[in-house]
Amino acid sequence: MMGAVSTSPAIEVCGLRKAYGEHEAVRGIDFTVGRGEVFGLLGPNGAGKTTTVEILEGYRARDAGEVSVLGFDPERRERALREKLGIVLQSCGFDRHLSPRELVEHWATLYPHPRDPAEVIALVGLEDKQDDLVRKLSGGQQRRLDLALALVGDPDLIFLDEPTTGFDPAARRAAWGAIRALRDLGKTVLLTTHYLDEAQELSDRVAIIKDGRILAIGTPGELGVGAAQRVRVTWRDEDGDLQEREVDDPTQLLNDLTADALARGSSVRELTVVRPSLEDVYLELTAEETEETVGV
Amino acid sequence: MSEVMTLGWHQFRLERKQFWRNPSAAFFGFVLPIVFLLIIGALTDAKHRDIVVPGIAGMNVMASTFNALGMNLTFRREQGLLKRTRGTPMPTISYLGGILANVAFNAVVQVALVIVAGKLLFGLPWPHHWIELIIFTVVGVFSFSALGVAFSHVIPNFDAAPAYTNFVYLPSILIGGVFFDPATSSAVLSDIARVMPISHFVEGMRGSIRVDGGLSHHTGDLAVLALWGAAGLWFAIRGFSWDQRRA
Repeated sequence: MMGAVSTSPAIEVCGLRKAYGEHEAVRGIDFTVGRGEVFGLLGPNGAGKTTTVEILEGYRARDAGEVSVLGFDPERRERALREKLGIVLQSCGFDRHLSPRELVEHWATLYPHPRDPAEVIALVGLEDKQDDLVRKLSGGQQRRLDLALALVGDPDLIFLDEPTTGFDPAARRAAWGAIRALRDLGKTVLLTTHYLDEAQELSDRVAIIKDGRILAIGTPGELGVGAAQRVRVTWRDEDGDLQEREVDDPTQLLNDLTADALARGSSVRELTVVRPSLEDVYLELTAEETEETVGV
Repeated sequence: MSEVMTLGWHQFRLERKQFWRNPSAAFFGFVLPIVFLLIIGALTDAKHRDIVVPGIAGMNVMASTFNALGMNLTFRREQGLLKRTRGTPMPTISYLGGILANVAFNAVVQVALVIVAGKLLFGLPWPHHWIELIIFTVVGVFSFSALGVAFSHVIPNFDAAPAYTNFVYLPSILIGGVFFDPATSSAVLSDIARVMPISHFVEGMRGSIRVDGGLSHHTGDLAVLALWGAAGLWFAIRGFSWDQRRA
């Protein structure tokens, strides 16, 4: 029985729905997150990401659907589940008159099998600041402290809600490094973001969510090539006009272009062959959805 | 159960640490009561000084429980501290218990300070009815704490918190018998004072200090104070929110 529990998925969501009054924030979504997987929920602001995550964290009650987090129903808020979760909220302050070390050490007392607080502070790179008062830390350092508090209980599953929103590029890179380190520790991570590069960079699998629905789900690579198979070929023709063609298989087109150029003794100028990136898929999917909504 | 106590004790110690690291809180908590006692004591003629100690004690109990919890919980709610704690295995009773024990500790220390300072600075006698003093302090701290937690749900954000708490606190101490005997004020004001918890708290504290006092003479005051506490507790639990409401 224990074995069955530990090999079951970390998160299972089926037909999840949640409305705030008239507004349907989540309209029936399904996904599964395997153990040790980094799963990204990608979508624009107001897509339903935070609502979904807050239901999984046990902060909100769902209206409908089945949800299992490490084998528990989060809505029942069992302590045994909270001992296994690490939660980084989208924005959260601190008790201002304490130091990172005092906070991390206090947090460690809340969990049955905590990690060594000094080790966790080192993991997030706050050794130099551990005895400063929290109010003297920069925004990026405070977010790293958020992560330290979420990690000190040695959780199996970590929720990161928009972990780098408002970061400068250097702080973002540092945060990405910390998140990759979590994967190396074998942790399961559920990450929400509205940054494509972040989802692409960090996630094993991504679900694209908009208006409370999941539009596509897969690895960043699959979403790039699977959801939109077409390849875009652009070149400049002999009149100097830029040409663009979208094809399923570029072999024939490229052959025609190069044969034609060779026959004329010239070259194919400014030739590009581009597979759609996750960004293109994302824009295509979210744009289609908008048109649909407008059409209704 | 013992784990709940241990975690509550950790939280209490963390709260104490924060209290002492915030110089303005420590100042308002421990110096201001004495300053007020000196001023009000000097302004009151010797015959009526027995009202000074209970009045200042009442003012301080209300400030260190009702005001402090109203503002502190609003801050924690707005900053997401309550929500963060809710996501940990920390039992609610340990967390809130630690916070409440902290403000109760401040209130009790202030009552003791004011009584000792009254003795040393103005030569007032020690309280005659210690049991009444202890019971009123305990019930007063409980009631104003419960009302403070309940009131924190009314305060929309931390910027507004001082205005909201002072809107209740200042009129309370002005007409509630902190600075003068409410029996001497106008009929309307004394009618208002009669329903407010602060006046009954001050009245009970006064009874514990005077020779002619004693708990048996102030059971009505105790009942009104406890009733406010019960109502406060009901609203505190019913309305408790871990999260800032969505705008």
